Amino acid sequence: MNGVHDMGGIQNFGPVLPEAREPAFHDAWERRAFALTLAMAGTGMWNLDQARAARESLPPAHYLASSYYRIWIDALCKLMIERGLVTSEELLDGRLRAPPARTRAHLSADRVDSALARGNSTQRVAADSARFVVGDAVRTRVVHPRGHTRLPRYCRGKAGTVTKVHGAHVFADASARGDGEEGQWLYTVRFAASELWGPDTTACAVHVDCWEPYLDGVTA
Amino acid sequence: MGHDHSSHSHGQRAHTEGHEHGSAGSELTDMDVRVRALESLLVEKGYVDPKALDLLIETYETKIGPHNGARVVAKAWADPHYRQWLLDDATSAIASLGYTGRQGEHMVALENTSQVHHVVVCTLCSCYPWPVLGLPPVWYKSAPYRSRAVIDPRGVLADFGVALPEDVEIRVWDSTAEIRYLVLPERPQGTDGWTEDELASLVTRDSMIGTGLPHAPLTSPDPS
Repeated sequence: MNGVHDMGGIQNFGPVLPEAREPAFHDAWERRAFALTLAMAGTGMWNLDQARAARESLPPAHYLASSYYRIWIDALCKLMIERGLVTSEELLDGRLRAPPARTRAHLSADRVDSALARGNSTQRVAADSARFVVGDAVRTRVVHPRGHTRLPRYCRGKAGTVTKVHGAHVFADASARGDGEEGQWLYTVRFAASELWGPDTTACAVHVDCWEPYLDGVTA
Repeated sequence: MGHDHSSHSHGQRAHTEGHEHGSAGSELTDMDVRVRALESLLVEKGYVDPKALDLLIETYETKIGPHNGARVVAKAWADPHYRQWLLDDATSAIASLGYTGRQGEHMVALENTSQVHHVVVCTLCSCYPWPVLGLPPVWYKSAPYRSRAVIDPRGVLADFGVALPEDVEIRVWDSTAEIRYLVLPERPQGTDGWTEDELASLVTRDSMIGTGLPHAPLTSPDPS
């Protein structure tokens, strides 16, 4: 989706404001929002790509006006309603009205440490061999999918060079659609900053991780 | 449930949504009420374990943070074999120090030199190497950083008070997939013979993102 979350290259947002001695959380509710989001992901009712898709499909003005954890909570509520875990009435005041739905999993306290330490590898066995090798010239496709994608707008239709092959990884675009975790080859592609921005940049190069379906070969 | 609702200092950054209501206080109270109600509902439904919530918070407030990444960098500075391992297979090299898992499953280390400086960003959301750096700071997740790092990294560095020589190549890394990046900054001059602990005290979080440089020896070390 061509949303406002896809921020690379937008101008006029103002300076970056680093904060000295920044705490992990600024307010008590942010702590709970963070933990609730991770714990509810532990129900297995959606995957990380679907969570990202839910956040970036919030209305653009709302997304830009909201703090980070507010976006998390709004997206969490949206996912829970979509999956039938809660009703919108229940979210108004927190009073239980409907019995709990069945979930696929549950993150209990005794499993938190091991779940965090294990993480969720996205590496998968590839069905086919990799189409590109390090050094290959590639061009990103010009696409504007309505759903979730991880190909930023600023590097669509751009020529670059493969600098690393990471193996096959869960393809975010398909995973967000609920189309499974089939691995697609993942590459780091180096773009000359001038290819992306012309003369109006202070970068030398920008590297973007691109799954194979984002790329076409360029014949020499 | 033993929740800790004591509040940290809000720091200098106002929360954007606070402006909608004219004061940060009223909005924070709204969110506090809303999230408490949500937690009570989800606990009552049996979807979440309140003790698991406490543990998740405790983990990222006390155990997992940039002190982990500083150990990795210090070891790479002190041990050439480890440095090479880190550059060849960062996931394994970092795991050997006990830092693994969520949002660090697939790691790549980027070595800064006198000629090349790396800057890491996630323009699409907030991807960040949790096991080595903890949760991202507000600025990393903010629109100004996400929008500008890929087009004007020198301008961003200036916001951090960092000015690199004109002949240094700046390479930006946009974390668009599940590969997470850790910058290996240049070892400061004047640290010959330093122990890993001493070296780690010079490593800042921002130097591992690429928006800062390590402390020089003799400046006061950053306890974070």
